[in-house]
Amino acid sequence: MAKRIDVSGLTAYYGSHKAIEDISMTVEPRSVTAFIGPSGCGKSTFLRTLNRMHEVTPGGRVEGKVLLDDEDLYGAGIDPVSVRREVGMVFQRPNPFPTMSIFDNVAAGLRLNGKYRKNELNDIVEKSLKGANLWNEVKDRLNKPGSGLSGGQQQRLCIARAIAVEPNVLLMDEPCSALDPISTLAIEDLIGELKERFTIVIVTHNMQQAARVSDRTAFFNLSAVGQPGRLIEIDDTERIFSNPSVQATEDYISGRFG
Amino acid sequence: MSTAAVTDKRPSTLRGASLPKWSPWAIAGGSIVLAVAIGLIGGLHSKVEWGLIAAVLFLLGTYGVATMVEGRRQAKDRIATSLVWVAFLLAVIPLVSLIWVTVSRGVKVLNVYFLTHSMGVVADSEPGGGIYHAIIGSLEQVGLATVIGAPIGILTAIYLVEYGRGKLAKAVTFFVDVMTGIPSIVAGLFILSLMLIFQMQPFGFAGSLALAILMMPVVVRSTEEMLKLVPNELREASLALGVPKWRTILKVVLPTSIGGITTGVMLAIARIAGETAPVLLLVFGNPFINNNPFEGAQASLPLFIFQQYQQSAGASAAYDRAWAASLTLIAFVMILNLVARGIARWKAPKTGR
Repeated sequence: MAKRIDVSGLTAYYGSHKAIEDISMTVEPRSVTAFIGPSGCGKSTFLRTLNRMHEVTPGGRVEGKVLLDDEDLYGAGIDPVSVRREVGMVFQRPNPFPTMSIFDNVAAGLRLNGKYRKNELNDIVEKSLKGANLWNEVKDRLNKPGSGLSGGQQQRLCIARAIAVEPNVLLMDEPCSALDPISTLAIEDLIGELKERFTIVIVTHNMQQAARVSDRTAFFNLSAVGQPGRLIEIDDTERIFSNPSVQATEDYISGRFG
Repeated sequence: MSTAAVTDKRPSTLRGASLPKWSPWAIAGGSIVLAVAIGLIGGLHSKVEWGLIAAVLFLLGTYGVATMVEGRRQAKDRIATSLVWVAFLLAVIPLVSLIWVTVSRGVKVLNVYFLTHSMGVVADSEPGGGIYHAIIGSLEQVGLATVIGAPIGILTAIYLVEYGRGKLAKAVTFFVDVMTGIPSIVAGLFILSLMLIFQMQPFGFAGSLALAILMMPVVVRSTEEMLKLVPNELREASLALGVPKWRTILKVVLPTSIGGITTGVMLAIARIAGETAPVLLLVFGNPFINNNPFEGAQASLPLFIFQQYQQSAGASAAYDRAWAASLTLIAFVMILNLVARGIARWKAPKTGR
């Protein structure tokens, strides 16, 4: 299920503005990779290039290579829709579909893609909700609207929705920044469980969170406002937080930034 | 103990003098009495003048009294509130009087017979007859116009919001704006010129085409606004699940905004249901029942009202029929609005737990 991501020489633009420049890294399967760095350094942009969501933004375009188990996501003839079925995404703010019930939200990916058998659907929804640690809380009200849940529950619903289509990679863009500490803990635990099955990439502003959940950590930075963001270093999380090889990383982590 | 007594005697800086709750009513009553007095003394005959004088007196009185008692800031607050109330009343009075006149005059001949019979064998100056032919004509023309105008309008709006980039989108937006300003008679003349080229006689569908032209820009504008209200996050969430864009629009964007879109379409229908000019040119009017909108002249409610008023030469029976038809038309539009509200409420994204 889980696949390796190999990025080489990736540069992304918004119109004529270069947002990130020349990023190369490898994301290992069945592990959690965290992206940290100051605001505006291109973490989220980079994350969105990994499932071709970057080009959804008007003017967004990408140069370079992203290999998903040796297949270039930006190669000729690659269908971005198929890419997004393999590389799922969870967003910063919980965004369940407001017209759909909890059940329909989880089933949305399968239903909207038209690839499901009716009798399988119940099992998949239950499995996904259990996978997102939400089953016990919502099993009695699957027909109620998803927007009636609390913020933390909604975010787990979104994770359930993302894993219901069985992607190979799960991208998370600051999934806990809108949540309270208890919901954050629930989601962090969940990330720990999900990494057995998926390759997970998480963007976070919370360095403790990166230290807690990730196996590897990448530090992004930008030299000045308006300059493109760059990857400073990527290493095992332990090393990044104890003995990083670049001075800027240590400054950022220890709060002596700027 | 002694300090407390001293503090008590000191005036509070947080509490100021304020007018009692009934003061706006008292001022309103006083200004009406005063206005009536001025009107009688000054020999003003128009009740409208009395009302305007009362409104001005009410505003001045509120400001004066509030300034004296409460101070300038509260006085400004009160005058803003009073202005809102006066504007509200000025807007509501003509509306209520219009409905009152229409209902009181319209109910005279409005009954089941009136709704189910045509004017086929009744001269315009005689009593009797009905508006069945006009209702059929209105329903068919407006229905066909909606069938043409609403889908084109909604699809245009989807193009503008979801796909439109660059010059084409700008041009479409510009022409939609221009179309919003087309007078209905011009839309009628446009279709009439086509009819003359092809040497056709008036028929219902020609009216539908003109009505569709009038309807489209309204539908485009309202649908566009509704689609823009759908958060981008929902589109991204759907795309990130590997759902193609067209399915995202069909299954996520449209259901989220369907309530508002329906309301917009209904309001557009209500707008064209009262159009007279293009119908007069293209459908011509017909006292007999004509169920076929594709051949022969038809009637329609607004056209019927106009023709009853114009051709009756002062016969009161025709005036009564015109009022009753107006009442029917207003009721039709109001029912449409209620249906639109019902659908909007029923389809609105649910928030219950």
